[in-house]
Amino acid sequence: MKQAEFFNEMFEDGAVRASYQGLQGWMGDMPAELRSLKQAEAEELFRRIGITFAVYGEGGDPERLMPFDMFPRVFAQEEWRRLERGVVQRAKALNAFLADVYARGEIVRAGLVPRDLVYRNEAYEAAVVGFTPPRGVFSHIVGADLVRTGPDEFFVLEDNCRTPSGVSYMLENREIMMRLFPGLFRENRIAPVDGYSEELRRTLASVAPRKCERDPTIVILSPGAYNSAYYEHSFLANLMGVELVEGQDLFVEGEFVWMRTTEGPQRVDVIYRRIDDAFIDPLCFRPDSMLGVPGLMDVYRSGGVTICSAPGAGVADDKAIYCFVPEMVRFYLGEEPILQNVPTWQCARPDDLKYVLEHLPELVVKEVHGSGGYGMLVGPKSTREQVESFRDRILAKPGNYIAQPTLSLSTCPTFVGEGVAPRHVDLRPYCLVGERVTLVPGGLTRVAMTEGSLVVNSSQGGGVKDTWVLSE
Amino acid sequence: MLSRTAANLFWMARYIERAETAARLLEVGERMSLIPSTGAGNRNEWVPLLQANGSHDGFMAKYRDPVQRNVESFMFFDRDNPSSVASCITAARENARIVRTALTSQVWDALNTAYQELMALERTERSELPLTRLTEWTLRSSALIRGAIDATQLRNDGYDFMNIGFFLERADNTARLMDVKYFVLLPRVEFVGSGLDNYQWTTLLRALSAHRAFHWAYGGEVTASKIAHFLILNRQSPRSLLTSVQGVNDHLDSLARGYGTATIAQSRARALLGGLAELTIDEVFDEGLHEFLTRFIGEVSDVGGAVFDVYLSGDTR
Repeated sequence: MKQAEFFNEMFEDGAVRASYQGLQGWMGDMPAELRSLKQAEAEELFRRIGITFAVYGEGGDPERLMPFDMFPRVFAQEEWRRLERGVVQRAKALNAFLADVYARGEIVRAGLVPRDLVYRNEAYEAAVVGFTPPRGVFSHIVGADLVRTGPDEFFVLEDNCRTPSGVSYMLENREIMMRLFPGLFRENRIAPVDGYSEELRRTLASVAPRKCERDPTIVILSPGAYNSAYYEHSFLANLMGVELVEGQDLFVEGEFVWMRTTEGPQRVDVIYRRIDDAFIDPLCFRPDSMLGVPGLMDVYRSGGVTICSAPGAGVADDKAIYCFVPEMVRFYLGEEPILQNVPTWQCARPDDLKYVLEHLPELVVKEVHGSGGYGMLVGPKSTREQVESFRDRILAKPGNYIAQPTLSLSTCPTFVGEGVAPRHVDLRPYCLVGERVTLVPGGLTRVAMTEGSLVVNSSQGGGVKDTWVLSE
Repeated sequence: MLSRTAANLFWMARYIERAETAARLLEVGERMSLIPSTGAGNRNEWVPLLQANGSHDGFMAKYRDPVQRNVESFMFFDRDNPSSVASCITAARENARIVRTALTSQVWDALNTAYQELMALERTERSELPLTRLTEWTLRSSALIRGAIDATQLRNDGYDFMNIGFFLERADNTARLMDVKYFVLLPRVEFVGSGLDNYQWTTLLRALSAHRAFHWAYGGEVTASKIAHFLILNRQSPRSLLTSVQGVNDHLDSLARGYGTATIAQSRARALLGGLAELTIDEVFDEGLHEFLTRFIGEVSDVGGAVFDVYLSGDTR
């Protein structure tokens, strides 16, 4: 495939697009030595702050640096406004869907979403049926993975309703860019993102449980220091000024959840959990879980504590449910979806399966429950053998796979060995849902550092960029 | 503050102090090995050092031969030895990583840098690493971390838990370092007071970075009793048992004030301090230095146990 087929976010018909004009001079003025000096400085900063991530199942340095590309990705104000409306709309619809399927299930009764896809879904939690969390919100932080294929064409690749990660990179990338290139921030009017943590705290406080009659005590529940996202957990706890707890720090007594402190037990009202449903309460879910808190679900269901995201929220970001999100927008909000879905074939359907098997070398095939870029096939980038072995896996369990066309992901200029070259990018903004629904002007831009690659996941060698939204 | 956070801060501090002690022990060992053997036949100067460190059996099982190179490997680099400098720095950093939110960036930076440098030392050829470089590096690193803590940490309960960790560990470690001296001399009582004896005492002072300080404080002849006084009962000496126990008491009192309630930890620490404050050095020698030190180490450990039960275990009371 030739580069020309892809939308380049900086250059259009040989001219620099308006939003990137502030970067043209900067890029031209940067001699190679300065660039490598700045890059080394950035890496030193990341390492010293301790922003690393772990890649499971591989040897090598267990604390690896995320590759950071200094070339920012820029959105014009009007581009962002539209994206923002689309993301907020989608977050509202997903939450309405969750509140519905754990109550009367109107969307299923209306025949818009297949019954089995919801009620037989692995992520559907029978344990919370009939319980409505505070303000009816299930997913308090919705991360949408977006790709762009043209000036106005944005597609949602997938939704993350459970515990989307990466927001610490959004914040730290900005901090580091401001330290490395303060001049850029003086010359360009770039909307700040550092309000995120305060907005997150406000969102969590706004969903305090029924029985909480005071300023709620908020905690972040982490699986512990060996989790790959631990840095982010501690970073957010620090910015919000709340305790970072593990399951062993909490216990249930009476109608409430308590944490063990040096001054005795202290009541906890809102838990922002960064562990999966299956692990939060060994009495309710996996009995072998060491990460959770026995009895937590009882307190939750009786209104003694709020769990964010709510147990059961995962059913909304399932890759099979994904196809129905545009329907949800129409059904619950009575609006037309602003952001489009990527056309998706479900291998569970015989017709779709037939099409997928016939067009395998052109398609991207994903596991329904997979994440992190594992267990997927990128048809055009795979060898004949890889395609054939994947064909066998699909045939063995068709219901486990969906397929999508290979999208022409937009590119953004990126520093590479020989200078600046276009590399494919995606975008994950973080939408907060509580008393209000808000989006900070920015997000996490992931970039595929390898020429031609379309896979931006950090576990597959992807990097990150600072993401700018220009203010008026 | 979360009990677990307090425990992480407490252990972070203990491990930093323990790393420093391991380095100081190595320094004592090297100096002592430079003088002729003290007694019958060829007593090995490194053996008492391992005994004082409580790791003699572990060492012998793995290395057998207590020569300098092996002891260096064991006490500086060996990850199988939980008291080695490498193990302690790694454990301190692991504890700190878990409670990043309770530390200033300067403290984290100092500790993380020490860890990164340790990794670099581990990759360096051993022939390029004389013992003094290893010990000086350790002392410098721990001084940087201590300095960052004192200069930047909020004076809250977390600060108290770190300092209780430092002082408890220091009380224990100074006692153990003095015990090395005891083991070297045992059982040849006739050496007490001889020139050789004083040379070894002086070495001990050097290892505690207290050689000059001692002369300023006492002047004149170096005697066993003066040195024992300096290391046990002198309030000016930063590593004396009394100073360390006083530090434990100060920070436990500060906790009790902040939390509005005193506990068994405070009363045990106060009893230990009271006993020391009334002691004379003659009484120490009457009891027997080794016996005194053994008892003292046990009592320090009891205070540590009380701190754990009351504050760090998270047991609901």
